[in-house]
Amino acid sequence: MSGHVRHLYLHLPFCAHRCGYCDFVTIVGGSEHGAYVDGLLAELQLERASLHVELDTIFLGGGTPTFTEPRALERLLRALPAAREVTVEANPETVTPELASLLVDYGVNRVSLGAQSFQSHVLRTLERVAGPDDVRRAVYALRVANVDNLSLDLIYGVPGQSPSDLEADLREALVLEPEHLSCYELEAKPGTRFTHAHGSELLRQADAMEGYFEQVVRQLTAAGYRWYETANFCLTGERAHGRDLRAQHNLGYWSGRDYLGLGIGAVSTIDGERRRNTPRLAVYLRSLADGRRPPRDLEALTAEVRKRERVMLGLRLDEPLVLEGMEDAVDLEAARRLERSGLTRLGGTAATLALTRRGRFLGGGVTAQLLV
Amino acid sequence: MQQDRIRNFSIIAHIDHGKSTLADRILELTHTVSGREMREQVLDSMELERERGITIKAQAVRVAWKGYELNLIDTPGHVDFTYEVSRSLQACEGALLVVDAAQGIQAQTLANAYLAIENNLEIVAVVNKIDLPQADPDRVAAELADLIGEDPERVLRISAKTGEGVAEVLDAVVERVPAPAGDPAAPPRALVFDSSYDQYRGVVAFVRTVDGSFTPRERLTSMATGTRFEAEELGFFAPTMRAADGLGAGEVGYIITGLKDVARLRVGETLTSGATPASEPLPGYKDVKPMVFAGLFPTDSDEYPELRDALEKLKLNDASLAYEPETSQALGFGFRCGFLGLLHMEIVRERLEREFDLDLLVTAPTVAYRVLRPTGELIEVHNPAEMPREVERIEEPYINSDVIVPKDYVGSVMELCNERRGRFDQMEYLSEDRVLLKYELPLAEIVLDFYDQLKSRTRGYASFDYDFAGFREGELTRVDILIAGEPVDALSLIIHRDGAYARGRALVERLREEIPRQMFDVPVQAAIGSRVIARETIKAKRKDVLAKCYGGDITRKRKLLERQKAGKKRMKQVGAVEVPQEAFLAVLNLDGERR
Repeated sequence: MSGHVRHLYLHLPFCAHRCGYCDFVTIVGGSEHGAYVDGLLAELQLERASLHVELDTIFLGGGTPTFTEPRALERLLRALPAAREVTVEANPETVTPELASLLVDYGVNRVSLGAQSFQSHVLRTLERVAGPDDVRRAVYALRVANVDNLSLDLIYGVPGQSPSDLEADLREALVLEPEHLSCYELEAKPGTRFTHAHGSELLRQADAMEGYFEQVVRQLTAAGYRWYETANFCLTGERAHGRDLRAQHNLGYWSGRDYLGLGIGAVSTIDGERRRNTPRLAVYLRSLADGRRPPRDLEALTAEVRKRERVMLGLRLDEPLVLEGMEDAVDLEAARRLERSGLTRLGGTAATLALTRRGRFLGGGVTAQLLV
Repeated sequence: MQQDRIRNFSIIAHIDHGKSTLADRILELTHTVSGREMREQVLDSMELERERGITIKAQAVRVAWKGYELNLIDTPGHVDFTYEVSRSLQACEGALLVVDAAQGIQAQTLANAYLAIENNLEIVAVVNKIDLPQADPDRVAAELADLIGEDPERVLRISAKTGEGVAEVLDAVVERVPAPAGDPAAPPRALVFDSSYDQYRGVVAFVRTVDGSFTPRERLTSMATGTRFEAEELGFFAPTMRAADGLGAGEVGYIITGLKDVARLRVGETLTSGATPASEPLPGYKDVKPMVFAGLFPTDSDEYPELRDALEKLKLNDASLAYEPETSQALGFGFRCGFLGLLHMEIVRERLEREFDLDLLVTAPTVAYRVLRPTGELIEVHNPAEMPREVERIEEPYINSDVIVPKDYVGSVMELCNERRGRFDQMEYLSEDRVLLKYELPLAEIVLDFYDQLKSRTRGYASFDYDFAGFREGELTRVDILIAGEPVDALSLIIHRDGAYARGRALVERLREEIPRQMFDVPVQAAIGSRVIARETIKAKRKDVLAKCYGGDITRKRKLLERQKAGKKRMKQVGAVEVPQEAFLAVLNLDGERR
């Protein structure tokens, strides 16, 4: 019997180095890549029943999935079901022609490359292993291997990054003609090593950050990219050659569809329940070796909460949110007030709700006002 | 006790000139308290009084000295309680005027001395603290003698601290203060010079019997308000309550009334017998009216019922405290309270916070305004937000003030008084280097930060006292504060035209700093009617969105958003603008004002 979930996420936690700003579940180095892939495959078997026979998307995230020992990675890729979009996250320094071929040979058709910046001093501050040339080399290797859906991650708001540094980052990224770009403001979580080291500098540039976000959107939309989600851009129209280049996997999250996540710290949302696997590697491996599911936190999502999430996520997108069924989650009076302030747009006879361009820059505050 | 063996007196002194210490020594010397019972400042029973070193409520203690019955009536030492002081003095035939041998006469000394003279009291001048190294008893004795028209040789020189000269003080009371002069055979009359509330026994009246006598279980009537009750118990303090068979003419003591509300037996009332009432009350009863007003709001709006209960309880013991519910769009539910003065306000606030554990927001104090409307109607306004926009005339309370300063600071004080719309009346040298300045000032100019300014501009050397002088017409105007075009009631103020611009500007600038940026530009304006006198703009935020949101983040991001939403609920909504309570606090809070 098959289930209905069409989106599958696999977490590959291993990294060469833990960057100071990172707050993902990661493991530096690690000698258990093979055992971990065994665990993932065992967990996949246990959860298989919830997956639809035809998957829309698979996403291998990390960590640095491409840091995983190649044989283990190969074994994993070989065992995965097929899907229309299969994305792997990669760090530039790990991308060799061999790895690129391996990925493509096993059905990977989209690569998300963690470029972050093209400025040496910015990369150093971020403690990235790769230099600017590694990014270009990686892109070249992937293109040679026929990867025709490539996404670059960029980070802005890095201590010491000037507006002209950012301008150069965006320009150099555009030269590589990626199909997709994700641009994130650096989130310095309190208590991280990074915040400790750069906190005062971050505070100092807090005002400039506002300008950075505007600069990103301005520069990328001017280059013909579609600002389809708060932090995501893709080629569109002729340059997309008729393809929808939005990240289909992530679009699943933003549209409120169910997804299955496997691996340590991975999150699933299925049938109104959200589960988070244990982040502890040993516990995870032991459970699966014993044929049991790993320990996980459970959160029941009431209909009300699911609606709130739909509003919160849906308003990050450039397509209007359909309000049918959402009436008790959205404060229409607030929506009208915000419309008068030029922040929202109610479509039809209040059948849909979208944020204006300015509203999207203020999406957090606007959404907080819109929610009942 | 035979009337000619009774002496009733009080001690009047500037704060810290040693009144309480002298009272303590008298109690010791007359064996009214044993050494074991003795503790500092026996008469000041409230914790707050001891800490502040001031006396809030008058009390009376009976002591025995060489065959005489001496009643020492304690008086509150502060300007806010002038009326209470005057009633206490009316209960006496004499007063000890105590002055610090180092500091000399202070403004309060003057005010109290005048009060004593007005009440025809025999004044026994005392220079205290002669043991201090910087004491100058001769100079101070000369100042004192000059003030009351006395022979400097008759001014007593003592140290209440060491006890030196205290016996001579008591001798002087016996010799110089006249015995009470009432008629023991006349229908009974007693002056209520203070009262307090006991949770079990009701209102306890402190009385001075003038004519006739009172006995327990007697039916009594108050002559001004007509309150009737039975005297459940009579007695005196020595220094704790001692029940007695009666209070005869000239005696001082207490009457337990069983009444449940001090407001029913106001200070200054005359008590008489229900069976054989006197025909005329004793002179001088006044219904004291609050002059200073402020809004009291619980910081946590859930504490409103607690604040209401606490005010009710305080009012039981403080007839001069007035309050009524007030609703502010910015601050929610609270009370507009009326006080005798600033000190009274501070005391009430501290008692509410300390004894009732409340967290309060006190709005900037204002005074009572008398407003003539175009309709001819005369109203009193205690809240700037209630000031009508159409007015014929506004009158504000004025005071006659005395400031005593070393001569080097005369210039600074005159400057301050001029800035505060003061009208110079008189300048007089009390001694070679100390000057008395008399100014008429609007009370509204005093309630904000006059004391602090006076203190800092004279390095603490000035002393200040005042007397209510009446209402005068003023060039007053209402200034409204508008946030995004919406007037904010709690921030309206009434101010003299000349100060309106500067104050409006200061408020608007402060608000611009305190109100967080919103999703649109927010103008903050100060306006007189429709004329804007100051304007600032809070620039709109350009970014407020979380960068990343993927499958693993959704719960956390949702909770962040819910917190953001909950934070908004705690904000006060002024039109479309969310204003944090802290912003109002910063502008309104008295402490904030002073800082």
